[in-house]
Amino acid sequence: MALIRLTSPHAHGPMSTQRVMQNVLLATVPGIIVLTHFFGFGTLVNIAWGSVVALACEALALKLRRRPLGFYLKDCSALVTAFLLCIALPPYSPWWLIAVGIASAILLAKQLYGGLGYNPFNPAMAGYVILLISFPLQMTAWAPPRGLGEMPGLLDALQACFSPQLYDGITMATPLDLLKQNNSLLIDDLWQQNPQFGRWAGIGWEWANIAFLAGGAWLLYQRIFTWHAPVAMLASLSLLAAVFYDGGSSASGGSPLFHLLSGATMFGAFFIVTDPVTSAVSVRGRLIYGALIGALVYIIRVRGNYPDAVAFAVLIMNFAAPFIDYYTQPRTYGHGGKQGEP
Amino acid sequence: MRKTFGFHGGIHPPENKRQSVRTPIAEAGIPPELIIPLAQHIGAPASAVVTVGERVLKGQMIADARGFVSVPVHAPTSGVIHAIEDRLIAHPSGHLAPCIVIATDGKDEWLPHSGTPDYEALDTADLINVIRNAGIAGMGGAGFPSAVKLSLKPDMHIATLIINGTECEPYITADDILMRERADHIIAGAKILRHIITPDETLIGVEDNKPESIAALLAAAQDSGIEIVVFPTKYPSGGEKQLIEILTGKQVPSGGLPSQVGVICQNVGTAVAIYEAVVQGRPLISRVTTVTGNSLREPQNFQVLIGTPMSYLLERAGYQAEKNNRLIMGGPMMGFTVPDAGVPIVKTTNCLLAPTESELPTPPPAQACIRCGLCAEACPVSLLPQQMFWFAQGKEFDKLEHHNLFDCIECGACSYVCPSHIPLVQYYRASKAEILQLRRDHEKAEQSRIRFEARQQRLEQAEAEKEAKRAARKLAAEQRAQAASTEGAQDPIEAAIERAKAKKASQQGGVSAESELDKLEKAVVTTRKRLDTATTKLEEARAQGSDLVEALQAGVEKTRSKLAEAEQALHNYLASQNAVSAERPPQDAAQAAIEKAMAARALDAALSPTEKARADLAKLQQRLQKSQDSLARSRTNGDEAKIIEALESTVARLTEKISVAQQQLNTAEHA
Repeated sequence: MALIRLTSPHAHGPMSTQRVMQNVLLATVPGIIVLTHFFGFGTLVNIAWGSVVALACEALALKLRRRPLGFYLKDCSALVTAFLLCIALPPYSPWWLIAVGIASAILLAKQLYGGLGYNPFNPAMAGYVILLISFPLQMTAWAPPRGLGEMPGLLDALQACFSPQLYDGITMATPLDLLKQNNSLLIDDLWQQNPQFGRWAGIGWEWANIAFLAGGAWLLYQRIFTWHAPVAMLASLSLLAAVFYDGGSSASGGSPLFHLLSGATMFGAFFIVTDPVTSAVSVRGRLIYGALIGALVYIIRVRGNYPDAVAFAVLIMNFAAPFIDYYTQPRTYGHGGKQGEP
Repeated sequence: MRKTFGFHGGIHPPENKRQSVRTPIAEAGIPPELIIPLAQHIGAPASAVVTVGERVLKGQMIADARGFVSVPVHAPTSGVIHAIEDRLIAHPSGHLAPCIVIATDGKDEWLPHSGTPDYEALDTADLINVIRNAGIAGMGGAGFPSAVKLSLKPDMHIATLIINGTECEPYITADDILMRERADHIIAGAKILRHIITPDETLIGVEDNKPESIAALLAAAQDSGIEIVVFPTKYPSGGEKQLIEILTGKQVPSGGLPSQVGVICQNVGTAVAIYEAVVQGRPLISRVTTVTGNSLREPQNFQVLIGTPMSYLLERAGYQAEKNNRLIMGGPMMGFTVPDAGVPIVKTTNCLLAPTESELPTPPPAQACIRCGLCAEACPVSLLPQQMFWFAQGKEFDKLEHHNLFDCIECGACSYVCPSHIPLVQYYRASKAEILQLRRDHEKAEQSRIRFEARQQRLEQAEAEKEAKRAARKLAAEQRAQAASTEGAQDPIEAAIERAKAKKASQQGGVSAESELDKLEKAVVTTRKRLDTATTKLEEARAQGSDLVEALQAGVEKTRSKLAEAEQALHNYLASQNAVSAERPPQDAAQAAIEKAMAARALDAALSPTEKARADLAKLQQRLQKSQDSLARSRTNGDEAKIIEALESTVARLTEKISVAQQQLNTAEHA
């Protein structure tokens, strides 16, 4: 065997980008199960169709850019984008809505910037925001949770997706919508008058959030990302919610627990904020990045025009990430600090 | 138990150390040919002191150190110098380098040598010299001449001497087995080092994955005052800076040396070499090298002669060349591949790694960086490798330096953890090389620029001097013409004297003239100069409205009177001499010039009073015209009131003088 010449290091750890992406996909499974349990097969159909579109878009872009297809498709990053966007979309979305969202995410937000690693904005959130601004009606049509209406079956879900004109589903305001629209009821009354509310937050929503928290904790255990950004986000969101809770008046912004277990809080904290490509890089940077996202989520939820805010908050902070990086460079060994005496 | 400190980052790669410590250190034996590079250390290469065909004995110096940061090289066994030529050596760039090739004779015949067991009687400087002459350079891998490290400035106090027994690189067990088998030599070497640098404490740092070594060292170090410090295994704890932080909590300043924080670090292998050199009188001619990897049937540690070809050593360990994909000198993290198995073992070769493809697979093509940050978590010096990678790709060198590229120790932890298999360290190495090259180029360009500017300046200065001389000559001529016609002026004489003096100096080359005259002349010239300076200063002070005007005015008056005195003295002297000189022919140019000037004055005196008065008047009118011109200029320029006032008074004075001269002329005409 001819001796090859390579530079050090010659040993390599077991981690690969492909494995990182596969772990993220795996970690979404508990959340998807809970969503399916409470809202029916809509999310699953979303994901199935979205994955097909995502791979097709990725392949198209790679072909146009003359990149090897197999090598780049194998990294699973397109699938991650598809999963994350489709989880965020309302179940029973029509096929074109999903296609437009995925195409925006993969082609505009990712490949136009140079593909994986070069995108300044989180592709899934960019796709989501494009849809939210373009098709607000479809994007706010959430199905009622289990127990509050007739549960559509798998066939209904497929019909909703692929021949939406024939599908006649019911939709219902989400707990975050209700809180936003409320201006006369005390929190307790609001809770009693609307069946969507569960033990801590919305029915279904609270469990979905807990499931995503579990998936995130598993990723953390796998050392796929560090705790800094998600914990900072959850902490700042809780802190603001606690400060402005005011005991539950009609002007209250909702309790910390409500915010932690509503909407896309946990999903955002562990699957979106942790996106390494678009977040700050240093430990301090990630703490700041996460904390500011948490604050923005609260502000937009309570004061903004949209009921949920994770996508907007993340995109805004994507802008700020390079700026944060610039000011949070860690202190290198031998540069001040511990010189001389310990 | 001593408190140890942590350091940022680090990784835990598979250790793979077990396979090579199953058997004790084996003698590698004497190969038929030894190839001994002249540069086995950091610093200037040694220069050969033997000739081809010469027979050398074991331990004989065959190449001498050249410069301070350099060490000599010795013959590892007896034999004949076969060649002194460029050979392929173990170097990352795979280049040829000068080597001494010895055809061994198998007799292993020693040069008579003796050690100094009672080294404590030796002077520190002598002891360091012994270490230097034994050719000892750091044996942990970098190969820094040990004597240089030990040569401390007299005012430098070392608090901690650290003997590095960490050996954090996977696969390598050379230090481990040395500690197991020769702990007493290590302790003895440490004692010598302690004697040289007199630290407050002497520590031996060992990772906790070497329990046998720790036990051996503890036994050997009993009652020696040397402390064995054990700390958790983590790569790269054995890096000098990391080990210092672990044991002392101090960080070596960026770009600085450990001695700046009162620490000196030496490898255990170096300690043994120092012991052998000092106590036994043996120079560094062999070392312990780990030969390991799955393509070897019997991975083990060898006591190997410096210069032994790697192929010889591999054969001894049961090399299966067909299984081997690359040959690495050093460990899997920081070692480099060698181009050929024929390259020799050198003083810094702690390991020879011959892995199979499945053991250390060829890395797959790099994927995109997803900025996951695992590299930043692993970096032992707290860099941001992912950012540096980005900048290195874009060749943004200023940003790389701002991100402290040059603090990177190239440990490879970032590349190891990178999920996208990006060869990060390679990027940093290349960028460092490029930046250094740019710096050198810049320095060169800067020097050329300075040289060019200096030349330009020289030319300009020469031109300016020429111009000034021309102007001075012109001015002097004008003054002469002016002075020649001014009444009672001593200037023509003065000018003539000066002119003549210069001429004389050039003609006679400083032959002594009348010393009295010289002295007087000098007095006049220097006083005049002083007056000039004082006047300029006074004018400046006036222009600035300074408080010193009065004082300066007094000074000017005083100098002026002194000048008058000096001139008078000179005049008197010349007058007294004149009588004598009239009778004899002029002796030199000065004399001649003086006489010429005197003659001019006589001529002047010979003019009729009317003509003289008329000439004076014309001169005064000219001066008035000039003064009026400059006054007008000052007014239009809006100069300071003081200057204008001064000019006005000049004009008034001249007008007055003209009227006097007019009167004189009138009287002269009427007379």
